[in-house]
Amino acid sequence: MKIVVAMRQIADLVEELEVDASGADIDREFVKFVSNEWDEAALEEALCLKEAHGGEVVVVGVDDVDFDQTLFGALAKGADRAVKLSCGFEGWMPTAVRAEILARWLKDEAFDLVLTGVQAADDLDGQLAGVLGARLGLPHAAVVVGLEPDGEGFKVTQELGGGVTLTSHATGPLVLGIQAARQAPRYVPISRIRQAMSAGGIEEVEVEAPPARAPRVTRLFAPEAKGRAEMLGDKPSEVAARILELIRAKGVGVS
Amino acid sequence: MAENDVVVIAERVVGGHPDVTFELLGKAKEIASALGGEVHCLVVGDSEGHECLGASDHLHLVEGEHLWPYNPHAWESAVSALLSELKPRLVLASTGTVGIDLCGALAAQSGAMLASYVVDLSLEGSSLVAVAQLYGGKLMAECDLGEGPAFVTAIPGSFAGLAARVDGVADPIAHGHEGAEVRMRHVALTEPEKTGVDITSEEVLVSVGRGIGGQSNIELAQELAEVLGAGLSASRPVIDQGWLPKAHQVGKSGKKVKPKVYLALGISGAPEHLEGMRQAELIIACNTDATAPIFEVAHYGTTADLFDLVPEILDLIGG
Amino acid sequence: MLLAVVETRKIFGGTTHLERVFFYLLALVVLVVFFVGLGLRVKKYMAGRPLDAGRFRRARVPLEKPGVSAPIPLTQTGVDIAANRTVSRRNHAVGGAHLLLFWGFLGLLAATIIVGLDYDVYGNLTRIFGGKELSFFKGWFYLAYNAVFDTAGLAAIVGAVLLAVRRIRDSKSSVELDYTRAQKPKSGYSRAAMTAGDHLFIFGLIFILATGILLQGLRIDAAGFPSFERWTWLGYLVAAGFGALGLHGSTAVTAHFWLWWVHILTALAFVAYLPFSKALHMISAPANLMVRDPGNTRRLPPPPPGHAGYLDFSDFTSKELLGFDACTKCGRCHSVCPARTGGAPLSPRDLILDLRQYADRKRGIPMVLDWEERPDQSGPKNLEGRLAGEVIEPATLWSCTTCMACVEICPVGIEHVPTIVSLRRSLVDAGEMDPTLQAALENIATQGNSFGKSSRMRARWTKGLEAPIPDARKEEVEYLWFLGDFASFDERLQEISRMLARVLTSNGISFGILYEDERNAGNDVRRAGEEGLFEMLVEKNMEAFSKASFQKIFTTDPHSFNTLRNEYPAYGLDKPVMHYSELLASLISQGRVSLSGLGKKVTYHDPCYLGRYNRVFDAPRSVITSAGCDLVEMPRNRTNSFCCGAGGGRIWMDDSVLEERPSHNRIREAAELDVGYFVVACPKDYAMFSDAVKSTGNEGRMKVVDIVELFAEASGELALAGSAPEEAPES
Repeated sequence: MKIVVAMRQIADLVEELEVDASGADIDREFVKFVSNEWDEAALEEALCLKEAHGGEVVVVGVDDVDFDQTLFGALAKGADRAVKLSCGFEGWMPTAVRAEILARWLKDEAFDLVLTGVQAADDLDGQLAGVLGARLGLPHAAVVVGLEPDGEGFKVTQELGGGVTLTSHATGPLVLGIQAARQAPRYVPISRIRQAMSAGGIEEVEVEAPPARAPRVTRLFAPEAKGRAEMLGDKPSEVAARILELIRAKGVGVS
Repeated sequence: MAENDVVVIAERVVGGHPDVTFELLGKAKEIASALGGEVHCLVVGDSEGHECLGASDHLHLVEGEHLWPYNPHAWESAVSALLSELKPRLVLASTGTVGIDLCGALAAQSGAMLASYVVDLSLEGSSLVAVAQLYGGKLMAECDLGEGPAFVTAIPGSFAGLAARVDGVADPIAHGHEGAEVRMRHVALTEPEKTGVDITSEEVLVSVGRGIGGQSNIELAQELAEVLGAGLSASRPVIDQGWLPKAHQVGKSGKKVKPKVYLALGISGAPEHLEGMRQAELIIACNTDATAPIFEVAHYGTTADLFDLVPEILDLIGG
Repeated sequence: MLLAVVETRKIFGGTTHLERVFFYLLALVVLVVFFVGLGLRVKKYMAGRPLDAGRFRRARVPLEKPGVSAPIPLTQTGVDIAANRTVSRRNHAVGGAHLLLFWGFLGLLAATIIVGLDYDVYGNLTRIFGGKELSFFKGWFYLAYNAVFDTAGLAAIVGAVLLAVRRIRDSKSSVELDYTRAQKPKSGYSRAAMTAGDHLFIFGLIFILATGILLQGLRIDAAGFPSFERWTWLGYLVAAGFGALGLHGSTAVTAHFWLWWVHILTALAFVAYLPFSKALHMISAPANLMVRDPGNTRRLPPPPPGHAGYLDFSDFTSKELLGFDACTKCGRCHSVCPARTGGAPLSPRDLILDLRQYADRKRGIPMVLDWEERPDQSGPKNLEGRLAGEVIEPATLWSCTTCMACVEICPVGIEHVPTIVSLRRSLVDAGEMDPTLQAALENIATQGNSFGKSSRMRARWTKGLEAPIPDARKEEVEYLWFLGDFASFDERLQEISRMLARVLTSNGISFGILYEDERNAGNDVRRAGEEGLFEMLVEKNMEAFSKASFQKIFTTDPHSFNTLRNEYPAYGLDKPVMHYSELLASLISQGRVSLSGLGKKVTYHDPCYLGRYNRVFDAPRSVITSAGCDLVEMPRNRTNSFCCGAGGGRIWMDDSVLEERPSHNRIREAAELDVGYFVVACPKDYAMFSDAVKSTGNEGRMKVVDIVELFAEASGELALAGSAPEEAPES
């Protein structure tokens, strides 16, 4: 079984994001880029599948700030290959462009599964699994929380909201947007990442960034703080009394 | 004129039609009337309960092999076929699983624009302009979808639209769909276990988040819930840690609740959680981080430590 | 006819030549067993990694203190051993009894060697080569010998009896003597053999000593009380006792014959038993004390070459293996351990005993009544299992707060903490850890702090200060202030950081900070077992230091203090490192600030990494007393301070499984003192104890304050933040 995991970098949401001079993109100069957390879940699922059923895990993505770090992390965790698609693209990359780059690279690769994160914090023009699935002409599914090969294909479980889950069966190859792996992404010790770094091993492929239709962002702005809560202070005894008052005023619960 | 029409994909996969479909119908009517077009609603698979979708001008019922229960590959193929007939200007769905499954792929196939996480949508001149929530809600993007066909997936709860729940549909249009090319087969649909816990029926909910710190502290919240005559619910991290069973989860991946009082303890207010509780009548939030997003939706808030506050409330009731 | 009286006695208690041959053959067998046993042990130590491997990159620490970070001189260790100082520590009764037994036993050993040299060596040699058996065991030598070694015999037996009485009397009440495991194996276990071995050891010793003394009495009695035997004063007294009982003549001779054989056979058995039992500590304990290295815990050794952490037997150092053998199950570590006290599945004693049993089984070394029984092959019986994870449970390893209380009190110089960290490293390498710890490590790896906040927010606490703090990267300062994560990011502590900044500014101290370039110093990251991340943090911080110009460093956090002071020099840091309590104390001692009397009744908690680790006890106390506070010491203070439970990465792990959190235990201890203030000098302590005061219901009675708050109030600059506790007693 060969599993391709499509990973990418995303602005670290821990940081305070600022809007750049154009007013239409984040200021990429100073922001820190980290691996997309759902892609990490996809990688974890791929590694678990490999450990349980054998196979090969290939991590691939479009080069971005500190993407090497993510690839070395993946190699340290147990990925067999790491491929960086370099195209010199700058600024916000639409999903459609990313999908096109990946699709062109994938056409020369044989694979059973493409796993990627269900979403990314800036995939304004759609989530990668669906767009890539359509581009490759393959069945795809999003919000995947369960994945099990059964010899002829895969059992795929999706979360449908409200606690409902759906399990379908499909023969590969498939493109899946992973919501959660069977276990939390593993910890990889820094020493292993450093070993991976000193071993090198990232394959770099020069690609071209194709044009694609995507919404034109005209303005990026911080949401207005609408309907801020009325703050009750922070003295526990007073707050407690106020809260009880409020609850009682609704005529419910406590007598 | 078809090119001014708006299509809403009804995303019912179990039970009744979800609220978001009516919200989308409301928005569809607004956009369609601005465009001078009509509203189509697509019901795929099972047509049960379609009568309430009367806000649409045309109701399409698609039936065929593999379409029920929900099957992403079959739905994509059926909706794709119908859309190529209808050729609408705009297709609306939600950012739920169905919307994500279908819209990215359909937009890519047809070369249409797509905007996700949309919270507002309007027609400016002849262009569609959407406002989307990006970066975990930290920033909003206003974007131009141009004058061509577009797909929009909206965050549930963004459009006021319950008024669009209109009964009675004149002549639903039936469509058949062949599933020969469908490469996915249904295996199982699992509804949440009936554990006896029904947080959706509680008038008061004491809800705990990551700030509760550990399983042992759940007892404290449980005690408060008991004296308040309330139910105990939780946000996703608490469930993921295994501190409470799944039946207690409020949010997009849990249950949507509308109690009279929602007391949020140590919940920061991730979008996933807010989606499940923002319709509560009275929301009181307790979180030591004054910048927590939960205070954006709460009516009252406090930055007191929940471990100080809860014993105080218990004392007051006890004494 | 006058017979010349020669003051001597017959050595061999047997009568026939056959008996003599039997005795020599038996003695030979015993010696072979003894030396084979000892040889097996020495071979085991040699199979460990070389002793040097632990002495890692000993770069000079600018303020090295002997016995803290510098090695202990052998002469001092000699004195420690001779005076049983490590045994007497915090327990003079047991120490005194042990000292009697120790010197008494050494005396009797010397006595036996002398007799052996005279009779077996000198006597036999002269008989074989000179034709006439000679002896120096006579005359004044004989008299002095008896007078001195009878005293030794008495000391030994008194010491042994006292220890035996204590062991029996306290067996139920003493935590130290309770052999119940902290970590309960699912399969169950029995330590009955260990208890039996303890009793065999002490009562066997008493038996041998007692029969020796009785023998003397019987001999003198049988010989008809020669007057010179009065020098054999104890034997003479016993003989007088036998005489009074009517035991005379041939009866005494027969009794002596049989008792001699009983005594000799048990004594020989003891020699054979020694290398396979608790008695081994007579050799292993002093040996281990001689190789102990206090720097080892303060400055952790690197992982074994090629391994991320300890994976199997061969990863242990010779010193560690020797240390396992030195353990006497005295239980002192077990009693002081905050994890064990809180109900966590870790007891340093059990850990060492498990590792000893594992190592002995691996090497095929048999033990006599000194093992734990289990119905299955779990724990130390699991010779094929993973060392960290199966032989020792992960929960056991994760329970350690690295407070070093065990290392501090161990009378035989075992260093538990480095071993625990080495085992943790394997768990980290396998990615096995608490999800909360994983999140903290991931945050530290990406953001440089455990709070998961952007590194650019690190100096945000300085907002609201009237005078901006100089940027040490841009201007030259005398002191570089290294805050640590809690003092930078925890809202409660940011206020205290600002207070310290104001105090230092108004006292004209030249200081600066690194702003966003400061990273978690890595002390607890390293102790959690993430060596690679620690090294990365060191590199980042060293890079930041190299950009700044300063002469000294002071830290807020005692944990950062420890690693900067003791571990960073190996990576090139050559500046003195201080703790802010030392800086405040120096302001007072230099007369640069005058403090007014606050008249508060307070107690003070020694942070592990400040006190026990780095022996800074007096500086914070001098701040407290100079501020006019009445300092009431807690029962456990200074080197015996009790950990708050946050060290070694525990602050990032879930404490909810504990029966009693260490911080609650500590606050209850303080609550007994009737003081209004619980003074701390560590940000983690402030956070831990503020919570503990609330959750133990002491909120109205006791308030946690930082020494800088006292300093600020006493120097008239600022009022103590918040109000005083309602019932705060004033002295």
